[in-house]
This record gives sequence, structure tokens and C-alpha cells, in this order.
Amino acid sequence: MERGDEQARRAAEAVARRSYGRLVAFLAARTRDVSAAEDSLSEAFAKALADWPAHGVPQNPEGWILTVARRQTIDAIRRSQTGEKAAGHVVLLAEELEAAASVNEIPDERLFLMFACAHPAIDPSVRAPLILQTILGFDAATIASAFLVAPSTMGQRLVRAKAKIRQAGIPFRLPDRDDLGERLDSVLDAIYTVFAEGWSDPAGVEARRRDLAEEAIFLGRLVASLMPDQPEALGLLSLMLSAEARRVARRTAKGEYVPLANQDPALWDSGLIDEAEGLLFRASTMGAIGRFQLEAAVQSAHVVRRLTGKTDWKAIERLYDALYRITGSPVVAVNRAIAVAEARGAAEGLAALEAIAGDPRLSEYQPYWAARADLLAALGNIAAADEAYRMAIGLESDAAVRRFLQERRAALSGPPVVAR
Amino acid sequence: MKYLLLIYGQEAAMMAAPKEAATQMMAAYSAYTEAMKKAGVLAGGERLRPTSDATTVRGSNGKTQVLNGPYAETKEQLGGYYVVEAPDLDTALTWAKRCPGAQSGVIEVRPIWPT
Repeated sequence: MERGDEQARRAAEAVARRSYGRLVAFLAARTRDVSAAEDSLSEAFAKALADWPAHGVPQNPEGWILTVARRQTIDAIRRSQTGEKAAGHVVLLAEELEAAASVNEIPDERLFLMFACAHPAIDPSVRAPLILQTILGFDAATIASAFLVAPSTMGQRLVRAKAKIRQAGIPFRLPDRDDLGERLDSVLDAIYTVFAEGWSDPAGVEARRRDLAEEAIFLGRLVASLMPDQPEALGLLSLMLSAEARRVARRTAKGEYVPLANQDPALWDSGLIDEAEGLLFRASTMGAIGRFQLEAAVQSAHVVRRLTGKTDWKAIERLYDALYRITGSPVVAVNRAIAVAEARGAAEGLAALEAIAGDPRLSEYQPYWAARADLLAALGNIAAADEAYRMAIGLESDAAVRRFLQERRAALSGPPVVAR
Repeated sequence: MKYLLLIYGQEAAMMAAPKEAATQMMAAYSAYTEAMKKAGVLAGGERLRPTSDATTVRGSNGKTQVLNGPYAETKEQLGGYYVVEAPDLDTALTWAKRCPGAQSGVIEVRPIWPT
């Protein structure tokens, strides 16, 4: 019996992963009610978990979910709306749903849902969480922990945003040409936020987080394929693929952290890298540079090492210069300083870091302290390097990276100390 | 859906504008209103007399008080409004951007509660 439960749960999860966003997008685009669409689907999944262990997983689990979800939706519309207009609406929706025998026959409107979630009328901080919840079906608590916000706060924000979509009449369609560029940037930002969350589990221990990176790439592919003339959409996909290509190389077999400079290019996924390079080239022919293309170009300058054996640090410094002009981000400034150190020496790198040291956003940013420590160590300032490593170690939450930093710190004072 | 476009601008500057500029503004509004009619989105709209002509009724603890002046003394004042019938927010925003008042003022777009 327990085995059947487990099997049913797995089957339901698989269907949810494949079809959840598609069903939410389809239902929400017609009712404008994202919450109601989500409710119908979670009801359907709850029914599946009750029914499948007893009767076995149906042959077409997605069709089963779809049938239950459409019944739930139609009932919900009947309950919430009255009058002839509502009746007509229900009939149309029911017919369209009925016509689709499987989820794959339902039009894929996830892109429209993403544009609704990233609409300028929606608070920027809730756009990526909203996409995570509506397209991928993440619950508020999981999203809250990823974004370091109290679950109740995140829950409230999501509820409010969905109410605004419905009440303000935010559309489920592509924006007009004039607004497209700006709106697309918001969508791409949100997708990249999702990717960054998945990326933060380099070892791929947590299936859900690893899936986040995969899902972000999936969303990136979707946007790039539907908007092939948008260079930034191609740039974002290129950036994510380059990063993903190095996933395996970021850890040793024992789970030890390997910084980019020490990674074995033979471990990089050359298929993904080739695809990333192709996308970046296509984007570059469109004559509109942007943040994601520049970041993808940085990746490209790193992976060129697999062919030449050398990283093009001068190019990377120039790219970070351009990125800093666009974003003014202190994170970019730290990366730029690292590139300066590689291209022109540790002293100049440290000077570049000192120039931004006053930024309060850096005081709790681990890579800033680690970069500082590396450069101080290279310049022989052991005491200051030790202090900076201590800060970096204290700020790091990934155990493998922490061990790596601890080894570096230990190496400052002669032979490595064996941990007790 | 119905949306209310609230047009906020600097009333004093508008009143002090030279005649030519005022005429131009009127012509722009007239063209804008015409375009809305042609597009079939216009569901109402009026120009308001200045806030110096406003009188406010304010209630508290069940008692009402009649006060001289507008609801709020702000840098920009409500000068007029349109009601548009639009399929979604983006369409309403497109019309708000076209409003002559959007060039140097503020247009607030509010969905109207359906009845």
C-alpha cells in the first residue's frame, strides 16, 4: 500500500512538473483569475493523490488531471459569476478544454502569463516569485525561503499581486511593439532570478533547486524561440547555457568546490557551450547590446580557455566596464576588479576594489571579501588577508565554498592545518 | 472593462498660460477626444473648473462639515477625467499616454468596479 502511495505521489509530481504552468496559463488567460486557476489545479492534484493509490495511476495521468481541473474550473466560474455573460463564458471555456484530449493540445500560453507576472503594474520584487508560483507551481513557503522573506509576507505579496492582475485587468498577451523591449527586460530579469536560485545549489543535491536552473533554461528557451528577433532574449539563454555547461566542473567527485579558474575544461559540456556561442553570435548581429549579451560575452571569454588554454582577461575587463556603465552594480564592480587583477596585476586589482569599498551593499557580500583576501595574500599582506578570509567564511552559506575558503586561509600561514 | 483616467496637472501654470498655448492645448484635447470616439473607447469625460471653485464636504463622527476648497492641497490638481472602455489595462495605458495632459502632468488609471 505504501508503495502505491509513493508511486502515485511520484506520478502526480511528474505531471505537475510537466503541465502545471501550461494549465494555469491556459485557465488564467481566459478567466484572468490566477488564484482560481491554481485552486482548480491543486484540487485536481489532491484528488489524484487520494484516487491513484487506491485505483492505480491512470494510463494518461495528465488527461486525468486535466479532466478534473476543468470540472473544478467550470464549477468555480459558475459559483463566482452569474448571468448570461458568465454562462457563455463557461460554455466557451468548457468547449475549448473538452476539445483538448491531452495537455499537449492545450495552447502554450506560458509566455503570456510571464508577461502578466512581470507587468510594470506589479511590484518588481514579486515578479520572479509570481512566475515561480504560477508557471512552476512552487508554494509560498519554498519561494519565501529562496528569497529570504518570511513565508507569511511572501504569501501576502503573491495574493495581492494576483488580485491586482485580476482587478486591474492586466492582459495575458504580448505587449505592443512600443513597450515590448522594456517589458521583455522585466520578464528576462525574472527568469534570470529563477536561474540564479537554481544555480545556488551547485552540487545539485536538492532536486528542486537543480530543477530551478533547468526550468529557467526551459523558460529562456521558450522566450527565445517565440521571440527570435530579441537579442537580449538570446543573450539570457546563452548566459544560462554557458553557466549550466560548467555545472559538473564546479565540484570534485568528493563535493569540493572548484573555482572557475581551476576547472578542467574537459568537464565542460561542449554541446551546451556551442549552443551558447551560437546564440550569442546571432544576438550580436542584431546590433542592440544589452546586459544579458554582455554577461554572456563574459562567459564566452571564460570558456575560450577550452580552445586556447588561456582566459581572455583583458576582454573580460572591457566587458565588465560596459556592464558597469549599464547596471552600476557593485557585484559587477567586484568582478571587474578581479579581471583587472588578472589582466594587470594584484595591486591594480586591489586598487579597483578599494575604489568601491565604501559601498554598504558590499559589506555582507562574500565574493567581495574573498576577492579582497586573495589579492591581499598575493601582495603579501598576510594579516589583512587573514581578516578578509575570516569575513568571507563567516558570510558563506555553502559548506563546500566555506571549506575552500578555510583552506585558503589556512594556507596563509604555511602548510595546511588538518581539521579536527 | 471600464477605466477612469484622472488628469492631474499644475492648475496655476495652466491658468497663466498665454492664449496661444491654451488654444493649442484645447485643440489637442479636442483631437484626443475625437480619436477616442472614433476608436469606440470613450465612455465619458469632463473638464473640471479649477480647485478654487471646489467645495468639500467632510464627515467625522457622523457630523458633516462643509469646507472651502479642494480635498487636498497638492502640487498638482485634478483638472478633468475620461472614462474609457478598454479590453485590458495595457489598452487603457496606451490611451493614458496619448492624453495631452500626460506630457507634463500625471494620469492616474483606475479600473472601475463593475456593477
